[in-house]
Amino acid sequence: METFLKKRIEIMVETPLMSRVIAILDDLGVSGYTVMPAVAGRGKDGSWHRDGQVGRVGSVVQILCIVDGTRENDVLEPLFRLVSRQIGIVTVSDVRVVRSDQF
Amino acid sequence: MPQGWLWEPGDTKTMGELALTNLTSPMILFFVLGLLAALTRSDLTIPEAIAKGLAIYLMLAIGFKGGAGVAEHGVDATLIMALLAGIILSAVLPVIAFPLLTWTTRLSRVDAAAIAACYGSISIVTFLAAAQALETAGVAYEGYMVAIAAAMETPPIMVALWLAKDTTAGSTFDRTVLREVFLNGSIVVLVGSFVIGWVTGTEGLESISAFVVDPFKGILCLFLLDMGLVAGRGMREGKNLSAPVVAFGIYMPLIGAAIGFFVAQLIGLSPGGVALMTTLAASGSYIAVPAAMRVALPDAKPSIYLPLSLGVTFPFNLAVGIPIYIYAASSF
Repeated sequence: METFLKKRIEIMVETPLMSRVIAILDDLGVSGYTVMPAVAGRGKDGSWHRDGQVGRVGSVVQILCIVDGTRENDVLEPLFRLVSRQIGIVTVSDVRVVRSDQF
Repeated sequence: MPQGWLWEPGDTKTMGELALTNLTSPMILFFVLGLLAALTRSDLTIPEAIAKGLAIYLMLAIGFKGGAGVAEHGVDATLIMALLAGIILSAVLPVIAFPLLTWTTRLSRVDAAAIAACYGSISIVTFLAAAQALETAGVAYEGYMVAIAAAMETPPIMVALWLAKDTTAGSTFDRTVLREVFLNGSIVVLVGSFVIGWVTGTEGLESISAFVVDPFKGILCLFLLDMGLVAGRGMREGKNLSAPVVAFGIYMPLIGAAIGFFVAQLIGLSPGGVALMTTLAASGSYIAVPAAMRVALPDAKPSIYLPLSLGVTFPFNLAVGIPIYIYAASSF
């Protein structure tokens, strides 16, 4: 089966920033994304756990999107401006997809 | 020994007895259970969705009861004064907290400003616990204190930005932050339920009392079990806080309480209202303000202000502060 090379952008960000990341992706016309709650973890600012939290601080979400390689920088630059001073990680990796026209 | 009006004639509870009654109430004991479970690293957890559901229920119930109380007893000029006093109080407290932090600790300006914002704002759970303690003692309080609590959530955020102005060149504060703060879930449910309770009055309260009155104590116990777990985790995280910072988490509530008490007396609130205003001024936010700070002051470390407010001040107010505030309110 033929597959196509795309870029998978994975954004781990503290929950209060989630709506802003999504707004950026929407504004850029990214064709789709998925938000997943992270259960627990630890970073240089300490550990966090999703259970029991009544506020949004102290929890992290993972936002995944796949874009064409030509759009990688268009997406990363505003994302970086937003999350550079926040708790979070942005990673980019190569993936192969079956339906190229979806991204 | 001043005899407070919180008790039946002839009942001469001392401060110690009041504290003991508070400490042995199911509410506090469930909180302690959660605290111990977290400190001993038990696997006990309350799922996030349930915790949020409990919080929404409690906001709805306390808001509705407050609104129904206002409908029954009416409003007077004290409401406006209390509202203004609450807003001013919440804006002034960070201005007091900020220099205390910068003088006594080695925290950066931005960390001090974020902590100051937390201590200007309020903890609605502490308010709930104080309101429940008053209800258990059979003490009435002004129903509109719920609205005062909501009004005190936001001003400290603006003050914190001003306090940290030299370090906020890259602040991402914007109208979206304001919208998120003003319309955060707890405020919407609290104020919305208050208005519904006010509109529907005592009839409305009677019609849903089986939901908002009867199960309230039990659900508050379950919620405080969860808050104990969260506070216990906060304490574990907070072990890295320096002694002056931890000390601030104890003395700042008392400073806030003293000012809140004085203001509440000045505007002529009932003793129950005085106790609640004192509690509001003493409490520190760990929901709305930290969420706003993560956006508005991203350089401020949540690993300082969250454990301090949640792991130090919240348990202190719950176990020690509330009996003091109620005792003081009943003694003058």
